[in-house]
Amino acid sequence: MIKLKHFKMLGAVATVAAGLGGFSAAALAQTVKIDGSSTVYPISEAVAEDFQKAKKGKVRVTVGISGTGGGFKKFCRGETDISDASRPILEKEMKACAKAGIRYVELPVAYDALTVVINPKNTWIKELKVEDLKKMWEPSAQGKVTNWKQVNQAWPDRGLKLFGPGADSGTFDYFTDAINGKEKASRGDYTASEDDNVLVQGVARDVGAIGYFGLAYYVENKDKLKAVPILNKGASKAVMPSLETVMDGSYQPLARPIFIYVSEKAMTRPEVKEFVEYYLTHGAQLSKEVGYVPLGKQHYDLAMKNFKAKKLGTGFGGKAEVGVKLDDLLQREAKL
Amino acid sequence: MSDATAVKVREIRALIARHKRWDVIFGIIGVLSLMIGVLTFVALFLDMVIDGAPRLTWDFFTNFPSRKPNQAGILSAWVGTTMVMIVTICAAVPLGVGAGVYLEEYAPRNWMTDLIEINVTNLAGVPSIVYGLLALGLFIYEFGLGQSVLTAGLTLALLILPVIIVATREAIRSIPAAIREGSYALGATKWQTAAHHIIPYSLPGILTGVIIGLARAIGETAPIITVGALTFIAFLPPAPVQAEPPFVSFEWLMSGFTVMPIQMFNWTSRPEAAFQLNAAAAGVVLLVMTLSMNALAIYIRYRLRKNIKW
Repeated sequence: MIKLKHFKMLGAVATVAAGLGGFSAAALAQTVKIDGSSTVYPISEAVAEDFQKAKKGKVRVTVGISGTGGGFKKFCRGETDISDASRPILEKEMKACAKAGIRYVELPVAYDALTVVINPKNTWIKELKVEDLKKMWEPSAQGKVTNWKQVNQAWPDRGLKLFGPGADSGTFDYFTDAINGKEKASRGDYTASEDDNVLVQGVARDVGAIGYFGLAYYVENKDKLKAVPILNKGASKAVMPSLETVMDGSYQPLARPIFIYVSEKAMTRPEVKEFVEYYLTHGAQLSKEVGYVPLGKQHYDLAMKNFKAKKLGTGFGGKAEVGVKLDDLLQREAKL
Repeated sequence: MSDATAVKVREIRALIARHKRWDVIFGIIGVLSLMIGVLTFVALFLDMVIDGAPRLTWDFFTNFPSRKPNQAGILSAWVGTTMVMIVTICAAVPLGVGAGVYLEEYAPRNWMTDLIEINVTNLAGVPSIVYGLLALGLFIYEFGLGQSVLTAGLTLALLILPVIIVATREAIRSIPAAIREGSYALGATKWQTAAHHIIPYSLPGILTGVIIGLARAIGETAPIITVGALTFIAFLPPAPVQAEPPFVSFEWLMSGFTVMPIQMFNWTSRPEAAFQLNAAAAGVVLLVMTLSMNALAIYIRYRLRKNIKW
């Protein structure tokens, strides 16, 4: 009896192997493949969910999370139709795409506002200058700046506990660029976690703590955290992050647009074209629903115009940029 | 009774009492060590059940992921996990048992076999992400299997192969040499000995290895993400059984997929607190899946053991 079982198992393996031969032709029709940034994921997920419902399941959409860099790798190999990106495409990724003959349209879909948060019991911080943040986070502060008093004499003699995302995160890249003036330039002796909820817990537990992450995590945890208004270099008034201040461009330098990149080849497929149009028409409402700040209506219109005109390439020229104005970006000469 | 004997008896009694005391002390230490593990698990599990219980409705199992926490479900995740596990079992068990039997029964005892043995044992300790990278290069780029259920299943099969091989060998070694010698004495070939005696008798031990391996594989995230599992997928792979001829379809093997640990991880990293509850509920389901898989294997093992008579 045992012997028989064994043969059954072998049989199953043989059938599996035989089945493999007949697969190649069975490509799934009408699937839109998206991969990339975990920051953009909630928006793409929301759009995918609603789009599939609107199409009554005739078009399938899949969304993966490989990170912005991992997403571009797949995108430039032609494995995905759309790439989610929390930062513009970089020069080496442009080269990889060009080499593979992959051309693309760059479309902003929402803003991600980085929020600096402190413990609600922290009474001495009413606002923070970009320079103050730099004093706390710059690489040379490592091991030296460990007390609030060291940043500003007026602040109490209390341990400074820093919380932030890990070095693989796009949020980290942007924050270091905007505050320390150089991407990835940060002190290393802070509590890092890829899971923003861990950062929320950390700051909520320690009166001397300060941290940064996406606005959505602050909005969901308003009872445990306090957001800090940021005074930009040369600005006259500190600005609190909110839907309004991000949309009107006054919350700077910590607000950034996030993007999707659509492959030119995929655009010729009606389901991809329809999906992107759905993304841009419903992006405002859906990004708001999942905790992001939508772009202005004129920006979605401009992006739609660029998409329909197949304006190929990136407006950034392969470099990240702090404080970019969307009206300007969308009308820039694009480069492949 | 002389005094000297009385003293001796007292000494012996004292000695016995001392040893008994140690017996009790060690017993207490043992229970405490056990409790640390058990209580931690029970506390974690109860916490998860309390968080997740309200979400464990029928809809949770039949809904696809969604941006709305109370409408989000684990349909694509549990179906994905089940299918990947099926592929893993189909690939890992025959290969692992075959390799184990070969190493124990057929392989000549020389330095080459020793080298292979050391490597197999070491492979069990290799971080799972390494298997993911290997699979990415081999299955996806070389063989072109794509980011599919098949790729993920084979990757996890590689991951648990060493466990199954080692368990098979241990099980074979526990068979009394007399059985093997008796079989050879009656003129049986190596294959006959293996097929009629060695493999059937070692099946219970092999199953234990399979259980341990699968329990590890079902919770793996890193290698599955590396081979390109999706996070949002709101459709199921084509059914393996079709209404029209040829009735059986293997298209599901090439379909995109997601698995339970990925769905859980995604939910724990979301800002909305309601998603944390979903993650807890999914955790409970994953645990129940693992436990029922183990229960099935233990039942089969029990049945097989009953049949062994020597």
